[in-house]
Amino acid sequence: MSLRLRQVSAAALPPVVFGLLFFGAWEWAVRAFEVEEYFLVPPSKILSTFADNWSLIWESVQVTGANALVGLLLGTALGVAVAFLLMSFRSLDQVITPLSTAVNALPIFVVVSVFSNMYPATSEMPRRLMVAIVIYFVVLVNVARGLRNVQPTHLELMQSYAAGRWAMLRHVRIPNAIPFLFTALKIAAPMAVITAFVSEYFGGAQNGLGSRITASLGGSRKADGWAYVLAACLLGIVFYLISITMEAVATPGGTEHQHRGRSH
Amino acid sequence: MNPVDAVAGDGAAEEVGATAAADAVVLRGVSKHFNTGRKGTVHALDDVDLTIRRGEFVSLIGPSGCGKSTLLRLIANLIEPTAGEVVVNGKPARQARRDQDYGMAFQQAGLFDWRTVARNVELPLEMKGWDKARRRERSAEMLRMVKLDDFGRHMPWQLSGGMQQRVAIARALASHPPLLLMDEPFGALDEMTREHMQAELLSICASQGTTVVFVTHSIPEAVYLSDRVVVMSARPGRITEIVPIGLGAGRDDATRDRPEFFAGVTAVREALRGVEGMAAMGGVDDR
Repeated sequence: MSLRLRQVSAAALPPVVFGLLFFGAWEWAVRAFEVEEYFLVPPSKILSTFADNWSLIWESVQVTGANALVGLLLGTALGVAVAFLLMSFRSLDQVITPLSTAVNALPIFVVVSVFSNMYPATSEMPRRLMVAIVIYFVVLVNVARGLRNVQPTHLELMQSYAAGRWAMLRHVRIPNAIPFLFTALKIAAPMAVITAFVSEYFGGAQNGLGSRITASLGGSRKADGWAYVLAACLLGIVFYLISITMEAVATPGGTEHQHRGRSH
Repeated sequence: MNPVDAVAGDGAAEEVGATAAADAVVLRGVSKHFNTGRKGTVHALDDVDLTIRRGEFVSLIGPSGCGKSTLLRLIANLIEPTAGEVVVNGKPARQARRDQDYGMAFQQAGLFDWRTVARNVELPLEMKGWDKARRRERSAEMLRMVKLDDFGRHMPWQLSGGMQQRVAIARALASHPPLLLMDEPFGALDEMTREHMQAELLSICASQGTTVVFVTHSIPEAVYLSDRVVVMSARPGRITEIVPIGLGAGRDDATRDRPEFFAGVTAVREALRGVEGMAAMGGVDDR
């Protein structure tokens, strides 16, 4: 474990150093060239604004975070369910896959506008549905591939055991699809935040991070806007961290071996 | 042993009454065509007769496309014959598969990455509905047999290629099936590991009295392992000759230096030379 820790810190060092240099240069440039605040806010000002307005920012983070999370869960559930359907009924594949692709190709603002008209103005549903649709596609494509792309040797082996559909699913297809699901989630988690965020630009209640950023930057409160941007970045990173932690726990090569060992 | 006896259909038919129980595998007039009825019909196998006695080690060798893997899969009932009859362990091949009368190993070890080594070995037993304690006990016994006692809790990707293949053999033999079907199981291993595994396989099968049908590209491998080497030709897939090998029990590294071994290699090579287009295909290793 300590070895792993050392590996992690070694991997973390370069980006951390680069980040500090980048923000240092930013701060220095703003001060040295006396850049006006409406053009570029120095990182120090962003941090202090972030701290001063924490309670307001936290409210918006909760709104956007909840939308992203609900959408993510909804989309994942739907994606997994449809992947199983596609695997069981091959003929459905030709109907659902093009349809899913077509829906995925629709611009976000079109779909959100349609959803917004279906729900009351204060409802969070339109954004959650929007997130769900984007996530659904990513999860569907990956999980369907995981359920299908099984080693031919494994198939013949199970056939030689006279295994039925259920045994094949339980012993081969589902375990095979799990790493694919986590790969999908790794992409989907930050995507959920971004989608939740972008959806807020197109109507609905003005309480999320996306709306706050537009409002602040559009007015003269540049520092407030940047503080919300910082919050949005942090929210995306938290989602990403959660997904890679889940992946490390659930896939071979991670900590799974130790778990198995203990459960014996 | 006269090779012609073993190939000829009438020889097999005569034996059925008297010694059917002694035959592990009987193929009668077996053909397998792919794309039947359409333009590009492929005659993977045409009218094959073969009888394999219980406890016998038989290798199938021939150029690529001669149908040796197809023949193995017909015995395993992974595919159905277009014509003819496949009897395994005294019953139709399909029934033998349902009863798990055979174990199978492939060129790829095909271990499940999400299962420990021991639980990989236990999978066929799980499919047979054995309880946990019995499965545990048997997998431990099998891992001892392939000299991997200490690796039961490892994950497959932590083992070397040769070790993985040993796990695959332990898995194939876990339920003590009377028949073992192997499709180039050592094809991906280096020469040293390969010769070592061949000796191990022989001693394991001898101790269990297992019948083995073994597909290979390698002439020395076939000669070293087999009681009989079945030489096949391509387009259409047919048995051209069956070469009896008499190296006897207790084969070891020294066996590979014996004149009988070289005689066997020469006999198989000559049988393969008779196979049309052999040289052009380059499908068989002379290693």
